[in-house]
Amino acid sequence: MSDRGDIQRKNKRVAVMALGVSLAMLGAAYASVPLYRIFCQVTGFGGTTQRAEAATGQVLDTEISVRFDANVSDKLSWKFHAGQPTIRVRLGEPTLIHYVATNTATHETTGTAIFNVTPPEAGIYFNKIECFCFTEQTLKAGERAEMPVQFFVDPDILKDPDTRAIKEITLSYSFYPATTKAADKQAAVSTN
Amino acid sequence: MATAHAAHDDHHADPTGWRRYVYSTNHKDIGTMYLWFSIMAGVVGGILSVLMRMELQEPGIQIFHGLAQMVYGVGADAALDNGKHMFNSFVTAHGLIMVFFMIMPAMIGGFGNWFVPLMIGAPDMAFPRMNNISFWLLVPAFTLLLISMFVEGPAGMHGAGTGWTVYAPLSTSAHPGPSVDFAILSLHIAGASSILGAINFITTIFNMRAPGMTLHKMPLFVWAVLVTVFLLLLSLPVLAGAITMLLTDRNFGTSFFEASQGGDPVLYQHLFWFFGHPEVYILILPGFGIISHIVSTFSRKPVFGYLGMAYAMVAIGVVGFIVWAHHMYTVGLDADTQAYFVAATMIIAVPTGVKIFSWIATMWGGSIEFRAPMVWAIGFIFLFTVGGVTGVVLANAGVDRSLHDTYYVVAHFHYTMSLGATFAIFAGWYYWFPKIFGYMYSDAIAKLHFWVTFVGVNLIFFPQHFLGLAGMPRRYIDYPEVFAGWNYVSSIGSYISAVGILIFIFGVIQAFSKKVKAADNPWGEGATTLEWTLPSPPPFHQFSTLPVIK
Repeated sequence: MSDRGDIQRKNKRVAVMALGVSLAMLGAAYASVPLYRIFCQVTGFGGTTQRAEAATGQVLDTEISVRFDANVSDKLSWKFHAGQPTIRVRLGEPTLIHYVATNTATHETTGTAIFNVTPPEAGIYFNKIECFCFTEQTLKAGERAEMPVQFFVDPDILKDPDTRAIKEITLSYSFYPATTKAADKQAAVSTN
Repeated sequence: MATAHAAHDDHHADPTGWRRYVYSTNHKDIGTMYLWFSIMAGVVGGILSVLMRMELQEPGIQIFHGLAQMVYGVGADAALDNGKHMFNSFVTAHGLIMVFFMIMPAMIGGFGNWFVPLMIGAPDMAFPRMNNISFWLLVPAFTLLLISMFVEGPAGMHGAGTGWTVYAPLSTSAHPGPSVDFAILSLHIAGASSILGAINFITTIFNMRAPGMTLHKMPLFVWAVLVTVFLLLLSLPVLAGAITMLLTDRNFGTSFFEASQGGDPVLYQHLFWFFGHPEVYILILPGFGIISHIVSTFSRKPVFGYLGMAYAMVAIGVVGFIVWAHHMYTVGLDADTQAYFVAATMIIAVPTGVKIFSWIATMWGGSIEFRAPMVWAIGFIFLFTVGGVTGVVLANAGVDRSLHDTYYVVAHFHYTMSLGATFAIFAGWYYWFPKIFGYMYSDAIAKLHFWVTFVGVNLIFFPQHFLGLAGMPRRYIDYPEVFAGWNYVSSIGSYISAVGILIFIFGVIQAFSKKVKAADNPWGEGATTLEWTLPSPPPFHQFSTLPVIK
């Protein structure tokens, strides 16, 4: 306690360490952005759907109903609806459905879609083999396009106490006007 | 515990006039400035709340369309919509002002600056100039927040109607005007001020304790501030990060929270509450420290279970970081996650219970003297317990489904903050006023202040439990006829509390005009901490010879 320079040196060391801790927490806040995205992809949190190359093969006789919900931002003059409001599928069976989008504007417009399933707990068991989720869709004035989605519901959904009571899953798509930045981000997601 | 010792007068020239304060590096002067700043901000935030209660006194829209015409100069046709938004911006400003510019400056900046160095026997804070910066950053921060109320928020309206949580997308696409930017920058600066303060306190408490003052001999107020500043250091940078992302989302085309471009608004809520929950302990922990000293002083007994009290605060601080999602039960967490957050949240009732019961055990068998600070402290214990109990109710995810965003939540957090933290501040004010200013105040006025405030705040907030249970949602300017009765009672309570503030100000003016000299230790043998060994007020510089703690 005697030497004044000594205490000042000690003070500086503590202050630098404390500052380091606060900068680390600032970094952690930014790191949480990609970490949270990965967390959602891995756990299906918030109804994040899974991607699969092909169905696992096992098909059960149990059926589940899947509803299709379509939304479009009021900043994008499209009509967008599901080809079929609801279907019943067998667990594990790959199923092809389609959405229909029509550009009602008088010029070419581009949109990208975001999507999830409800109830959110079902996200981890909802596998999409093929979909238009990760790509920009460009429609000419008045053009109508069918957008296919091929998916299957993992039979493991019956083994999970949180999800085995689920009788109906809703797949929801929302189209927004595309920006190049959004496209970049979606491309990054799709490569994950 | 402490040995008395001579306080030395200063040898170099002390600055005078405005330089003494603007250039101040003295922890006591800076502490005093923090206290005056906090009173001023508290009056502003209080006026906002009384205007909101005037509006809510009856169903329908009473005053805000007129206020909008008066303040913003909008035409009669736009007045109604502007008034509705103005109510929302009052809600926002009231919350932010009370949290960042009233309670934090009073507890940490005011009492912390004054008494942490005195209680540990240090001559000053570790970094006196940084201390000056911490205080003076608050002034521009507060100014920016006030400006945000007068610039455009949503198209054609003024102010940020986002609530103190500033959730996206309400704060991004729904507020194209600059008012949310002003609020964000205000929080940035207030946050920087608090982080610098936190670094200063940590260094002071770790390195500047007098010989013999081990961590386990430290007064509980110093323990409380130590835990608080660690919470600040760990949580505020997360808020800074989250609101910086908001700022870039709003202005520079990023899409952290923009769902249409792959972002996630729920992530903002996680980040906000990772800060927000520790923040509520930041607001209350220094109060816990203050109350421990007062209860012990006026019971003439050492505090019951000193180590348990210290480590209960540490436990509250640690667990406070892992319960944040109990603010977000309705965002779609799965059942297991909710079960975890329910359990973790309820665990906090254990160390909090340790504190409440230790205060009661301190009083048990003591020779209790009901001076003004003690009356405020007992009021605190009662009110904080009520708020804590409703907190345990709200911790249940199932119950929260129906109470989320109702007046029950408003009642709960005002019982802990507006009643709990503020009562602790007033208890500290009446406890240390003689030490800080060297004058004795009128005990009768202080007690009148207590009783008027106690009746007033209970009248405001107790009926809000009923309103919340009946389903009245918070943050609306209007409500159905069925809620009229208790809202009327609540508004009457707010006028009574406002009278309480006038009595407080009168008491301060009276004390300064009567100039009754306070003794070095006006509270007798129960007051054992080092600040009572110094004259009242203490000399400009103290402890040139460090006290030795036995």
